[in-house]
Amino acid sequence: MTALVYRMKRVLSGNADDSNSSSDGPMDSFKRLRQQSEDPADAESKWACLPQEILLHIFQYLPLLDRAFASQVSRGWNHAFHMPELWRCFEFELNQPASSYLKATHPDLIKQIIKRHSNHLQFVSFKVDSSTESAEAACDILSQLVNCSLKTLGLISTARPSFMELPKSHFISALTVVFVNSKSLSSLKIDDTPVDDPSLKVLVANNSDTLKLLKMSSCPHVSPAGILCVADQCHGLRELALNYHLLSDELLLALSSEKHVHLEHLRIDVVSENPGQQFHTIKKSSWDAMVRHSPKFNLVMYFFLYEDEFGPFFREEIPVTHLYFGRSVSKEVLGRVGMNCPRLVELVVCANGLRPLDEELIRIAERCQHLTAIGLGECEVSCSAFVEFVKMCGRRLSQLSIMEEVLIPDQKFGLDEIHWEVSKHLGRVWFPDMMPTW
Amino acid sequence: VGENGSPTEGVCMGGNAVHWFRKGLRLHDNPALRDALRGADTLRCVYILDPWFAGSSSVGVSRWRFLLQCLEDLDASLRKINSRLFVIRGQPTDVFPRLFKEWKVTRLSYEYDSEPFGKERDAAIRKLANEAGVEVMVRISHTLYDLDKIIELNGGQSPLTYKRFQSLISRMDAVEMPAETITADVMGRCTTPISDDHDDKFGVPSLEELGFEVDTLTTAVWPGGETEALTRLERHLERKAWVANFERPRMNANSLLASPTGLSPYLRFGCLSCRLFYFKLTDLYRKVKKNCVPPLSLYGQLLWREFFYTAATNNPRFDKMEGNPICVQMPWDRNPEALAKWAEGRTGFPWIDAIMTQLRQEGWIHHLARHAVACFLTRGDLWISWEEGMKVFEELLLDADWSVNAGSWMWLSCSSFFQQFFHCYCPVGFGRRTDPNGDYIRRYLPILRGFPSKYIYDPWNAPESVQKVAKCIIGVHYPKPMVNHAEASRINIERMKQIYQQLSCYRGLVQQVTSAPQSEAAAQSSWHGDLRYPGTSTRQQHGGFWIPFHHFSQSAAAAF
Repeated sequence: MTALVYRMKRVLSGNADDSNSSSDGPMDSFKRLRQQSEDPADAESKWACLPQEILLHIFQYLPLLDRAFASQVSRGWNHAFHMPELWRCFEFELNQPASSYLKATHPDLIKQIIKRHSNHLQFVSFKVDSSTESAEAACDILSQLVNCSLKTLGLISTARPSFMELPKSHFISALTVVFVNSKSLSSLKIDDTPVDDPSLKVLVANNSDTLKLLKMSSCPHVSPAGILCVADQCHGLRELALNYHLLSDELLLALSSEKHVHLEHLRIDVVSENPGQQFHTIKKSSWDAMVRHSPKFNLVMYFFLYEDEFGPFFREEIPVTHLYFGRSVSKEVLGRVGMNCPRLVELVVCANGLRPLDEELIRIAERCQHLTAIGLGECEVSCSAFVEFVKMCGRRLSQLSIMEEVLIPDQKFGLDEIHWEVSKHLGRVWFPDMMPTW
Repeated sequence: VGENGSPTEGVCMGGNAVHWFRKGLRLHDNPALRDALRGADTLRCVYILDPWFAGSSSVGVSRWRFLLQCLEDLDASLRKINSRLFVIRGQPTDVFPRLFKEWKVTRLSYEYDSEPFGKERDAAIRKLANEAGVEVMVRISHTLYDLDKIIELNGGQSPLTYKRFQSLISRMDAVEMPAETITADVMGRCTTPISDDHDDKFGVPSLEELGFEVDTLTTAVWPGGETEALTRLERHLERKAWVANFERPRMNANSLLASPTGLSPYLRFGCLSCRLFYFKLTDLYRKVKKNCVPPLSLYGQLLWREFFYTAATNNPRFDKMEGNPICVQMPWDRNPEALAKWAEGRTGFPWIDAIMTQLRQEGWIHHLARHAVACFLTRGDLWISWEEGMKVFEELLLDADWSVNAGSWMWLSCSSFFQQFFHCYCPVGFGRRTDPNGDYIRRYLPILRGFPSKYIYDPWNAPESVQKVAKCIIGVHYPKPMVNHAEASRINIERMKQIYQQLSCYRGLVQQVTSAPQSEAAAQSSWHGDLRYPGTSTRQQHGGFWIPFHHFSQSAAAAF
């Protein structure tokens, strides 16, 4: 509370000189207030009649809890607390003590919001822990947002994906309430949920003009046809995140149609369900169409595959910009990456094996002229080759995250010298990433 | 009545000195003990055993055994100079006033303890000492440096990156030489009054007396005590000299096994002085490399330890997530069942289970093995809080003291110290790359001995025929894997990204990493970095893999 009072005092004591302005802005309200009474004894009662615009401005800086305390001070402040502008954004945190260490949004507050502010809400997210109760509570709230005209909705699992444990119909009906009532959804984040094709149709039927961002990685009930429907109808779509099994030539062509805006960001997760899984290929011509239509788009790919499942990938040129290998990836595949990913900007390799990646790295430095960031985990690179790599990339490498164990000392360089060499070529002080070894 | 002063002061004539052993269980490089002796008539060395500790489950039998062996060794060494160790049961705040009176103590000495709990306890004892007119002598010898000086050099904050720490170290004054070993000469005219019933009243207890079952215990792989520590030090240096290579040794299958030159538990209990180790390493390096200046990396093991002590010394909440200003608030899952499987080596991943079995049986695992199991428990697979892992290590790991254990867990779970989180250890692949044959697995999980190397890291993938021949059916004789690693790591890397993207969205709000856990205001504005907020382009132009250093506030950056 003292912080609030301090802020208010600062606000009130500012701008005492500007006495010529005639417009009725918040600053003028200050002046009027100040001129009315200089008596400090009156100051206290003035707090209560502070103009609402000023209160709003101040309250926007306060965390929710402090705001709630402030709202108990007077009727005027309570009124300000409930001003619509303060309820545009809200993040519901739904945690159970048995499954989380973090606090949850108070149930009474949730009730209040639904009762008084559901029609003010525009940017909403739900953070749920790993318990089914939390996911249910989220659906409960969603179902009650009938007066809502949401622009943004995010369903975020903070641990195990608990939305997946709900009965599918329960989840779908709650989500559909929002889809139908909002009609102007711009951003939708529904990764790890049981959303399905029919509900996507409902989304599209009501929000196709406004939808710009759709994140739905790991939604196993959606089919390629379902997502194609979204791409066909939502011409304003700029960002899309989904799993590889939903990607098709048709989808890429739909996103490159004349009616479509430039795509900015496409994220694809390639995940192996069972060892030895076969993946379909995407034609080079489909990628080419994408690049022609949206020359600046980012293609972000996350691979979680076994080493022998990379067969269909990187055989031809692919416009990937950000590449993450979450498991072990072979030397051979990294060689193909060097050959076929000219647009590459970022590369992360969690693990490779025990043969040095010298040639592959040099090739990447040669052919991936846009590379600005690289991360290497359990790999091996000889110090000389690494220095050569950094020399070739030069200062464009803004992120160089190499675990200490990766670098193998050789004739030319030991570990103690290498960081000077690398720092020299990068133009800044650089050290490898270290792990504690006591 | 003086405070801790310089060694030249306090040359009092006569008086009864008491040296309080806590860590620093040694007679070499023990400046507090050496200074306490100066001019004293009598000396008694005490170790205070808190009776509640024995029953508490947070310290396992291996740690107790190690400690008791250290105390036995101390007692034996003291006997050689006509003294004895006095083991006293109770709480220090109860024991000391009694001792001050009974023994007419005029001087109390102990080695400085930098940990917050230690500082609090010592402040209370110092107060009691002052009230009883007892002079208190404290000396630093558990760390290479005076940690407060390092912090001072860093503008009053503990450094939060190892790189920063190293650069500060290179600007510090030289490490102080180890103090002379306590011998009969050093004792001089100082004596220890020993009663006939000393063993009954003050003897080192046995494990049985403390309530442990000893029948099932195997011989200690890591025997406690200063004597053992010094022998190992010589062996360690011999091996280094023979190899003439001071680079960090490459990891191989053998590294996983307990080494007779391993020193970490002895450093932790203070059986071995870190300063002695430091100087011996330096001397050896100079000899072998013909007087070259040793690089900092030579002292890696000691400096990591120092780093965590420095990070922890002014932070009483260092071992917690909540209320810890340097710890990222993560939405860890509460899952006691999963935690138990991990702790007891029943995850179904042989690599993880073998490591946890070695830990439980022997009390030590290689640091890369620690990385593997810590990653598996926290940000890699189970998404369980690092505090839980830390507690298990506290119980089982011989060299895990408060600062180093908590610090390492925060580091390995990417909860602090600005660690990049993109890299996740695979519970199958990592082990396989380290020990392709699988001998380590067979040694600690005999049930899997029959599996060929091809399948020993992922036995659930072995055909039924292979399992039958191995006489081990997965799901019956050995558990099925408790998670799908590909799926778990995919979900978890996404969670980590979410958290760090939120942190980077403290734009415009004066939020320090050092302030209280994420406020609602921050939380509300935070998610806008993730989804497009109309009218602004706050989206980060990258895949979200990196912890964006430049997004942290100035004060956090200053800690670099």
